[in-house]
Amino acid sequence: MINIEKREEFDIEIDKTVGKPFINDAKFSTRNVDVFYGEKQAIFDANIDIGKNQIIAMIGSSGCGKSTFLRCLNRMNDTIQDCHISGDIRLDDEDIYQKQQDPVLLRARVGMVFQKPNPFPKSIYDNVAYGAKLHGLASSKIELDELVEKSLIRAGLFKEVKDSLHKPGTSLSGGQQQRLCIARTIAIDPEVILMDEPTSALDPIATAVIEELMIDLSKKYTIAIVTHSMQQAARVSQRTAYFHLGYVVEVNDTNIVFTNPEHQLTENYITGRFG
Amino acid sequence: METQQHISRQYNQELESVKSKVLKMGGLVEDQVEKSISALIEQNSELAKEVAESDYKINKIEVEIDESCAQLIAKRQPAAGDLRLVIAIIKVITDLERIGDEAEKIGRYTQKLTSMKDDVNMYAELSRLGDKVITILRDALDAFARMDVEQAARIAETDRQIDEEFDRVSRILVTHMMENSRNIKTMLHVIWCARALERIGDHSQNICEYVVYLVKGKDVRHIELE
Repeated sequence: MINIEKREEFDIEIDKTVGKPFINDAKFSTRNVDVFYGEKQAIFDANIDIGKNQIIAMIGSSGCGKSTFLRCLNRMNDTIQDCHISGDIRLDDEDIYQKQQDPVLLRARVGMVFQKPNPFPKSIYDNVAYGAKLHGLASSKIELDELVEKSLIRAGLFKEVKDSLHKPGTSLSGGQQQRLCIARTIAIDPEVILMDEPTSALDPIATAVIEELMIDLSKKYTIAIVTHSMQQAARVSQRTAYFHLGYVVEVNDTNIVFTNPEHQLTENYITGRFG
Repeated sequence: METQQHISRQYNQELESVKSKVLKMGGLVEDQVEKSISALIEQNSELAKEVAESDYKINKIEVEIDESCAQLIAKRQPAAGDLRLVIAIIKVITDLERIGDEAEKIGRYTQKLTSMKDDVNMYAELSRLGDKVITILRDALDAFARMDVEQAARIAETDRQIDEEFDRVSRILVTHMMENSRNIKTMLHVIWCARALERIGDHSQNICEYVVYLVKGKDVRHIELE
């Protein structure tokens, strides 16, 4: 599938993804996914399964396509002009790019947390309640209160904000804001949470809190995380996918990737060698 | 194996420096073992004393390497091949230090044997065992220095030969003991030396197992090397 001209870019050939890209009982499965921004191809023939109630980490240097790939999973790329996607992406064995699929409903099932905490310019309470109201998940004020409380508890933020629910979300610290965004995401009860470098703007303590939270959340949700911190990928994920110049080089158990990766390019990247 | 350099040159230097310390330690250990065997076979009490009193050098370098490895882990969080290298080094130097201890033991027993002045001409019997032990140690250190898995695997065979040779020497010594019970004390010292040599073979084989782990990422301890 990889065209010959492209191959010359590599010292080491990438024939196909090595390791274990496919698993049984996948939540997400992607096959032969190519992504183009206009003329430029950003992802070449990506084939990855994402396991249920697992954390999969996507690593690779800037511009390798890992964020692009993540954004395909809840059709965030639809909003980008010139971006087109081919291949097959299935959530619970249903094609998420089929015509009758409403992207808004898809994004309710597949939530996303971004690099920079981006609370709405509203109160802490409204930030969490917003999506639930939009999707009509609560029929009364009491139910909504309960949902907000439950989401904040799950996100590990409730204790810190229970007396200031009506203060603006932006008044919180960076780490708290990020947990608020996670609370907002889980308030609408998604099945999958995508995280695009969720802790790169946070200090190590706030990062540790979020990582703990991720592990906790993975009992209920499937999580895919893009991270530049290899230690983070090693700490939180069960599986790791290494992207290089738009190719998925290796997908393997995290334990294998960080002790004995199969592909030389993966080894070079995680040991900090010129790749 | 490591054809490419790290982006951090400092990191490269740190790893290289630890590796060269291990090779230096290996050289020291090899020297001690050779001297201890010569001292034993030639019944040279001067040389035996020198060996017994030089073990501190090996211990000192072991501590230094351990410290460097701890620093590397704390500062660099090595992964994959680098991680296996650091782990293998920590393990290799433990076995090297033990080999040093065995050489020291041989030195001390030899000192005692030379003072016993018994008319026991057993030492030539140990020379074949000694030769094999020097070979296996040298090969193990070579395999580590060159990260040569094939050589590491071949060493298993030498270790089998050492075990056989040790059994043969033991049988001869037991026969001597039965023939003349006044020699038992001397014979026990000789057999302890033979035992120490046999242990050096085992430690050398351990080093080879770490080489396989380092290069292949497979733990081959407690299974047959193929």
